[in-house]
Amino acid sequence: MISLTVNGKARQVNVDPNTPLLWVLRDTLGMTGTKFGCGAQLCGACTVHLNGQPVRACGTPVSAAVGKKVTTIEGVGATPVGKKVQAAWNEIDVPQCGYCQPGQIMTATALLNSNAKPSDADIDNAMAGNICRCGTYPRIKAAVHKAAGTKGA
Amino acid sequence: MTTLKNPSRRNFLKSGAVAGGALVIGVQIPHALAKAAVKTSMPNAWIRIGSDNSVTILVARSEMGQGVVMALPTLVAEELEVDLKKIKVDFAPPGEVYINGMLGGQITGGSTSVRDGWDKLRIAGAQARIMLTEAAAQQWKTDASKCTAKDGVVTGPGGKKATYGQLAEAASKLTPPKEPKLKDPSQFRYVGKSLKRLDSASKINGTCEFGIDVKLPGMKYAALAQCPVLGGKVTSFDASAAKSMPGVRNVVQITDGVAVVADSWWQAKQARDALKITWDEGPNKSLTTEGVFKGLAGAMAKPAASIKQQGNVAEAMKTAAKKVEATYEMPFLSHSPLEPMNFTADVRKDSALLIGSIQFQQMALGMAAGITGLKPEKITIKTTYLGGGFGRRIDLDYMAQAVEISKAIGAPVKLLWTREDDLTHDFYRPASLTQMQGGLDASGKPVALSLKMSSPSVTARLFPPLVKDGVDPLMTEAILVPYDIANQSVGTVIHDTGLRVGYLRSVSHALNVFANESFIDELAVAAGKDPYEYRLALLDKQPRFANVLKLAAEKAGWGKPLPSGTARGIALMEGYDTYMAQVVEVSIANSAIKVHRVVCAVDLGRMVNPNIVEQQIESNIVFGLTALLYGNITLKDGRVQETNFDKYKLLRMPETPKIEMHIVQSTEKPGGIGEPGMALLPPAVANAVFALNGKRLRKMPFTLA
Repeated sequence: MISLTVNGKARQVNVDPNTPLLWVLRDTLGMTGTKFGCGAQLCGACTVHLNGQPVRACGTPVSAAVGKKVTTIEGVGATPVGKKVQAAWNEIDVPQCGYCQPGQIMTATALLNSNAKPSDADIDNAMAGNICRCGTYPRIKAAVHKAAGTKGA
Repeated sequence: MTTLKNPSRRNFLKSGAVAGGALVIGVQIPHALAKAAVKTSMPNAWIRIGSDNSVTILVARSEMGQGVVMALPTLVAEELEVDLKKIKVDFAPPGEVYINGMLGGQITGGSTSVRDGWDKLRIAGAQARIMLTEAAAQQWKTDASKCTAKDGVVTGPGGKKATYGQLAEAASKLTPPKEPKLKDPSQFRYVGKSLKRLDSASKINGTCEFGIDVKLPGMKYAALAQCPVLGGKVTSFDASAAKSMPGVRNVVQITDGVAVVADSWWQAKQARDALKITWDEGPNKSLTTEGVFKGLAGAMAKPAASIKQQGNVAEAMKTAAKKVEATYEMPFLSHSPLEPMNFTADVRKDSALLIGSIQFQQMALGMAAGITGLKPEKITIKTTYLGGGFGRRIDLDYMAQAVEISKAIGAPVKLLWTREDDLTHDFYRPASLTQMQGGLDASGKPVALSLKMSSPSVTARLFPPLVKDGVDPLMTEAILVPYDIANQSVGTVIHDTGLRVGYLRSVSHALNVFANESFIDELAVAAGKDPYEYRLALLDKQPRFANVLKLAAEKAGWGKPLPSGTARGIALMEGYDTYMAQVVEVSIANSAIKVHRVVCAVDLGRMVNPNIVEQQIESNIVFGLTALLYGNITLKDGRVQETNFDKYKLLRMPETPKIEMHIVQSTEKPGGIGEPGMALLPPAVANAVFALNGKRLRKMPFTLA
């Protein structure tokens, strides 16, 4: 048995410790908000937080999450910054197909946790690892600024 | 997209529609909803009203980001007179009533959803409102003309009120009025207004259910090994290692390969990778990119199927003061929606349940009936939200695989592809070559234009009866220039390169607009004219084209100085009844193209929701930039070489330009907006790069080295 803390709750899972955290979240715990896009840490759709740091759940063995706080899209709204980011996403009406958005929101929340007033370039740098095939980038950037209370170029 | 009429498919659709058909006339639906105390009535196929006053509007198109889940219910709600914010939406089952009138099947594609639904859905809303009002009038023994409906309540003489929920059952028994009067657009309350999408909240909090998120009781997970060469088959396999791995339940051979079924997908995937399979790689095992383009070039020697013959090009070329020739080349592209192909099927002896991300519901039903041997009415198909589609999910391969696996193991199963599976087993956008020749008179005006294009045909694979006299109507979109040129010869040669091809967003518009809008720029250069003025002078008979061209040029500041090292390019098109022009500003740094600004002028007639229209324009710009900078599926030994996003790059935020949109207020009939814009980026950027450094880019993706 592996003990995890996911969105503040203690969870026990009986899986191979090498199983990527993504599949433990999705298939074992039924938390499907975290998405599978590439399986190779290239697209960011599976981004979750480990102790507040953004990580790619597809490339993180579940064993690496033991003893750390895992935060997912299902729980990020309970944090002050996550709540603000989701509200901004609503305000700007960001999603199209919506599939990448949980990962985008997790990355944006981590950015604002470490840099409360990001510039355009800061946002570009932080969000560059998250692909949106629908091309919602202009709205994502606007939403990050909105959440931060900053203005874009 | 041109109307698809496939007799055999239509016949199938009739039988397949039985299940959905019952809903159309059915006054009450017996399934899950009946379990609750709420009684549900259906005044027509689009609307369910609960005795609790809940209003559910059925959406018969698949939501893949383009906003149908908002736009289509808006059309119904406008006439139904309900509060749009309070409605619920559900995806429609397969059914004849839900057939897309522009495509002849229940298909989401061709940017047709709003164009097809514009009248139909408003009529459905109006009919239901009139029936609800009539039911109230009958109850109050008054005339319906003395009653009004608003926000889900009918008000009658003396202030009597009845809710839609109270009236729905009686209303559903009435005969729908044949020609209900629709609102004048000046009375629109929702249509044409920039409203936020109803599906955003679930996509922001992670609860939106995509195909990949489906879970059925007792469901197992499958991973599938498919031949690395498309078209290949299993010769033999050794599953002994795979079967001994944890969680593995079954290893089954199906038509397309060998599937491993396990308790979790990760276990299934690990075990799949441990399979030892000998493949018969089939006829495509030696395919290479070079071979593909050699084949396309060879096809150019064949006679073309004629698309247009006007005047006499040969004669006009003889007397032309200047001649210009160019050949344009487009590679194969992958759809790469971010949700990899996946599907869930539960095939039992007497019924089947299919759930997932699909774009073509009736074909799915026919496929499932064929594989399971079940009658269509025993098969339930549920459409989830799609994590992108772009045309990929019109094809059914991944669904058929899930159905075969479930049938083989007798349990519900979710099949999920890896990204590598997805990139190497796509139905790719056709590669193409286009040869163009133009002749100018002494003043520089074009007097002759010839175009010959060779490309594989998607339609020849998917809907062969639609290819007539060698012409695929979905290979020739936007192939005719809007410009006034007296002598024209336009033709195509269908050439199957071996690699399977599929419809991809904007379909052949992208191929033809790249060639045409690059070439008109080359003619302008040969004539020594400004590319914008040159185009405009040839559009006297095309007011909607001319209008968007002028608007884009004006808003972009065409002709005004730019910082050194920066240049503008312009391009123009019509697609899906939408007229569009773009001006881009481009610079080059370290041999890489950087697009700084895109100004887009659009006339798409009437709009349902400008917010979604703007989303789609932005989306197409990013999609088009991805194609011109990176899009390139290549082949070696019959294998697609681009296996993940490191090799098949997609545009990222730092590369996204500033986008400015100018939408023409128009009372023309609605045009489609989900697809056309991406076709404009490649020629606009190529034209800008030429303006910058005199290098003409005729081959996509663009490289400067």
